[in-house]
Amino acid sequence: MVEVTEFPHLAVKYEVQGVPHTVINEEEHVIGLVSPIEFAQAVLRSIGK
Amino acid sequence: MAILKDNDRKQLTEIFGQLTNPVKLVLFTQDVECDYCQITHEMVEEVCSLSPKLTLEVKDFVKDEAEAEKMGIDKIPALAIFGDKDYGIRLYGVPSGYEFSSLIESIVDVSLRRHGLPDNVLAELAKVDKPVRMQVLITPT
Repeated sequence: MVEVTEFPHLAVKYEVQGVPHTVINEEEHVIGLVSPIEFAQAVLRSIGK
Repeated sequence: MAILKDNDRKQLTEIFGQLTNPVKLVLFTQDVECDYCQITHEMVEEVCSLSPKLTLEVKDFVKDEAEAEKMGIDKIPALAIFGDKDYGIRLYGVPSGYEFSSLIESIVDVSLRRHGLPDNVLAELAKVDKPVRMQVLITPT
C-alpha cells in the first residue's frame, strides 16, 4: 500500500486519478474496489494467464 | 506528545486481545527523520506498546540498505509486517486515517493467519507461479 500524496511521482507515473488504484506487476491496473475474484483474475492477467 | 488518543488506545487494546501469534513490524526510517517518518515512527511505537504480541524493529534506510533491498523497500517511511514468515505486506507513508485501519487489520490478519478469501478465489490464485508485485495506491482519507 502506497500513500501517493507522499510519493507524488508514483501518482504521475501510474496516472492515478482515483483511489484505490492498484498496479499489478506494472502491467495490470485495477481502479476502485472490485470483487476478490475480479482481483484474482487481474493478478493472473498480469503474469500472462 | 502522544498520537493515539485514550479512546484509540482502549479500542486497540481490545482489538489486540484477539491476537494469537506474534507479529513483528519493521520500520524503515532514516537518521534525521523526515516529517512523515517521525510521525509513523511515533505511531507504530505507540501501537506496538499496546500488546505483548507486537514487536517493533527500527531500521535505517541508508545504513541498513542491504536489508531494505532484500525486503523490496525502495522508499520511506516503510513498514513491513511479518508473522511466522514474510507475507509481503508493506505500507509506504503515514498509515493515518482509513489506512490506520488497514494497518491494524493487517496486524490482526497476520497474527490470526487469516485472509478471508473464498475457495474459488484461492483456486484462481493457486495458478500464480511467479512473483507478483501489487501496489495499492491510495490517498489519505
